[in-house]
Amino acid sequence: MVEPLALKDHTGESKIYFERAVWGFGILIFLTLILFAQLFYLQIVQHSIYATLSDKNRIQIQSLAPIRGLIYDINGELIADNIPSYNLTITIERVDDLDETLGKVEELVGLSDSQIKGFRKRLKQRRRPFESVPLRFKLSQEDIARVSVNQYAMPGVEIEAKLVRHYPNGELMAHAVGSVRRINEKDMRRLNRVAYSGTDHIGKIGIERFYESDLLGTVGYQRVETNARGKVMKILDSALPIPGKNLVLHVDSSLQQVASDALGHRRGAVVAIDPATGGIMVLVSKPGYDPNLFVTGIDHASYAGLRDSIDVPLFNRAIHGQYEPGSTIKPLLGLAGLVEGIINPEFTIEDPGWFSLPNDERLYRDWNWTKGGLGGHGIVNLERALYRSCNVYFYNLAVKLGIERIHEHLRLFGFGRNTALDLPRASKGLLPSRDWKKNTRGLPWFPGDTVNIGIGQGDMLVTPLQLATAATVIANRGKWVSPRMLKEGSELIEHTSVFLPEDIDLVPDHVWDLTISSMKKVVHRGNKGFGENGTAWAYIGQDIPYSMAGKSGTAQVVGIKQGEEYKEDELQERLRKHAWFIAFAPVENPRIAIAVLLENGGGGSQFAAPVARQVVDHHLLRGNQRLVVSE
Amino acid sequence: MSQDFVRHLPGSGHVYRRKSGLGEKVHLDFPLVILMFSISLYGLLILFSAVEQQTGPVLAQAIRLGIATVVMAVMAQISPIVYLRLAPWLFILGLLLLGLTYLFGFEVNGSKRWLRIPGVLNFQPSELMKLVVPMILAWYFHDRHLPPKTKHLVWASTMIAIPVLMIAAQPDLGTALVIGASGLLVLLLAGIPLRFVFGSLALALAAAPALWFLLRDYQQQRILTLLNPESDPLGAGWNIIQSKTAIGSGGLFGKGLFQGTQSHLDFLPESKTDFIIAVLAEELGLFGIVILLTLYVLLMGRGVIISLQAQDTFGRLLSGTITFTFFVYVFVNIGMVSGLLPVVGIPLPMVSYGGTSVVTLFAGFGMIMSIHTHRRLTL
Repeated sequence: MVEPLALKDHTGESKIYFERAVWGFGILIFLTLILFAQLFYLQIVQHSIYATLSDKNRIQIQSLAPIRGLIYDINGELIADNIPSYNLTITIERVDDLDETLGKVEELVGLSDSQIKGFRKRLKQRRRPFESVPLRFKLSQEDIARVSVNQYAMPGVEIEAKLVRHYPNGELMAHAVGSVRRINEKDMRRLNRVAYSGTDHIGKIGIERFYESDLLGTVGYQRVETNARGKVMKILDSALPIPGKNLVLHVDSSLQQVASDALGHRRGAVVAIDPATGGIMVLVSKPGYDPNLFVTGIDHASYAGLRDSIDVPLFNRAIHGQYEPGSTIKPLLGLAGLVEGIINPEFTIEDPGWFSLPNDERLYRDWNWTKGGLGGHGIVNLERALYRSCNVYFYNLAVKLGIERIHEHLRLFGFGRNTALDLPRASKGLLPSRDWKKNTRGLPWFPGDTVNIGIGQGDMLVTPLQLATAATVIANRGKWVSPRMLKEGSELIEHTSVFLPEDIDLVPDHVWDLTISSMKKVVHRGNKGFGENGTAWAYIGQDIPYSMAGKSGTAQVVGIKQGEEYKEDELQERLRKHAWFIAFAPVENPRIAIAVLLENGGGGSQFAAPVARQVVDHHLLRGNQRLVVSE
Repeated sequence: MSQDFVRHLPGSGHVYRRKSGLGEKVHLDFPLVILMFSISLYGLLILFSAVEQQTGPVLAQAIRLGIATVVMAVMAQISPIVYLRLAPWLFILGLLLLGLTYLFGFEVNGSKRWLRIPGVLNFQPSELMKLVVPMILAWYFHDRHLPPKTKHLVWASTMIAIPVLMIAAQPDLGTALVIGASGLLVLLLAGIPLRFVFGSLALALAAAPALWFLLRDYQQQRILTLLNPESDPLGAGWNIIQSKTAIGSGGLFGKGLFQGTQSHLDFLPESKTDFIIAVLAEELGLFGIVILLTLYVLLMGRGVIISLQAQDTFGRLLSGTITFTFFVYVFVNIGMVSGLLPVVGIPLPMVSYGGTSVVTLFAGFGMIMSIHTHRRLTL
């Protein structure tokens, strides 16, 4: 501060300051106007843009999942309901360090690699901000408690209760009702995103799939105001979801249980139909699986176990299993022969135990053929051919009918097509024809092929459902009722694209009478000595308290070489014959038609017929109902 | 402008005896007091909304305002001559405290800004420097011929640079910038030749790329975010997007007091401190903003008038600088919240929630009032 002494020029300095301060204030006003301009721009010019942004911030549309329709059996018993399931979910926006959070969760309730993998996969799927992503399903009460206690240390981790499908009968109804599965990314691409926006599951097989649109219900929504952390502050407006329709099926749980028990641990299927309505009362395929496993996602090892099992438990034998029908189609061939006038009730053949075509050395054996030519049924008319299940009679008849007429007549009974109204994926089986063989194998139809068809072997394939349907049509004397699962509701008609087969009305009454009475003798003709009794009498007919018409079938799995005797115990279990039995009862006023299949089960009369009898017994005799034994 | 000003026109040469009003007696300037209270009350109303209508924080802020008012009144009683004599000692004290802060400072969020004597007080020496830097420069130029010579400018620049660099090292870039700006304002008001002004501006622009690399990552990020907030809408851009959304959605008259969705649903960050003007803009619209801006301009206008009436260089430069620095706060804060400037932590004066800055601001205006009310009444 050593300045040369000089007087300060106060006037000059205050002039400088005046200029600068006034300039400064001018700049201050200018800059304030810039601020004003910016705010004017934001608040007036771009107001609508920011107003929209602000609303998008706070208003979220949340889907309200409808409650899936319940499924009842014919007695009103619940066979598919919804129960709360507790899932551990993570809202990723609230998580600071995902790996750390996953580590904590693993410590608390355990996490498998596949659960983490699944979670990360779901994380990549499209979702709204602050939408939680499930990490672990079906928490136990203990898990819930453990997570709840530690939740404060894990922001973003929550336990959510959701209603999920539950099948109270577990395995029993698996193949009858089908099941729902978790919606995956592939489903999402084809589904209506809006309709499924609140729903995690979709009917994947069976009834759950076919009636999906009815069971699903209508999604509701609510517009909510949320804060920046996604917490709902208030509900602005909402539309409640409409629950899915409840379905009542023809399936009878108790009958289903009887059928399942009767099959026991054997592989096979039982289908029983109410001849009055076509309603499927029993649809059992064994072994089965617990559909509840699939609802929230089955772990890979368990799934691989089911998928790769030699017993194919996931396979629905009742509607997809295709087997040779064996002798069960003999009544239909007899009927065709009578209708076509090729045979009459008095027509007989002499059965030496084998059949051969002219100019062909191959022997087509009867089932009681023995080496040395001592077998055979002797003199056989149609009735006897049926209750003794004589092969040679039907070799003859088949050859005389020819494949065209056989094809035409069997088709009337639903073979080679799917006649079920609400089982669109049921297999069609195979009803061979000249054209079919030419188209698929490039070979002409040989007379030997027709001979085999005569006893339901060779190329022909049927499903248990188809044989039960055929039994129903016989029971109804040609009047068609299409098999169906659903008992009531007009939905059925809306969904179905299956045409209804025409009634078989060209068959005269006496032909039906003869066919049905012969089938009745299969069960009831007894005490006539071996060789004269009905094939099933010894096994089910001796004490039967009602009238039943039936027909056994035994379908070989491997061809038997010429000149070789069929030795069952030498065959490996899985090469043994399939056992069939079809039946309906009571004969005069049929209330149940049934088909039983036992895979590699052996003889039809011996093994399949008792299963049918147990089911029919239960249906006809339950309660105090007693039926008069008829002639 | 008042009659007083006319009599001070350069060249008039004389100051006549004037009537001594009540203001002079209690050493308060009522226009300033009324404007400050108006802004503060308006601020309390906005704060009441910003804190979800809890009375607690509003009461706390009112108590701070009360304390600040007392500080202002006390500062106004002290003669400017005392400030002039104390200036160098306060400057040295301030530097010492900054040094102590650097050594023993209390660390919050990675920066040492606080001196803490447990149980006695928490104190930010940089806050003191907001007033002391204009004081030391006004003191320095008080005895010098104006406009300043180059060597004086070198000394003055040094006096600015030392505290600014010390505060920048804490690091507290926002405060360092504001204090640096207040120092430069003194130079400008002292009549620094305009060629220096434009020369340094050109230099600063030329040096900008080099300065860029001196900035820390988060500081670079703030500037990048300003240029394109949508580049990281959930991260660095969130604050600015949400504040612009709050402001823009307010429209002309706003969503209504207490009705702001951006602020009450927590989309707006720091809604009661640095971003509080977004609450005002959202709830009372451009209309509410214009009221606040008008009050601010009137307040600063009164400050400029007072500085023009000051009788010596110290009084002129100090009151002028305090007034224009106040505008720097206003401009930087509103500019930042409305997306014109990068995000720097500067509160909106007299409105944002918080104690220290209010006390400093009021103390500054207390000094202005002291300068205005201690004028010699006779020639």
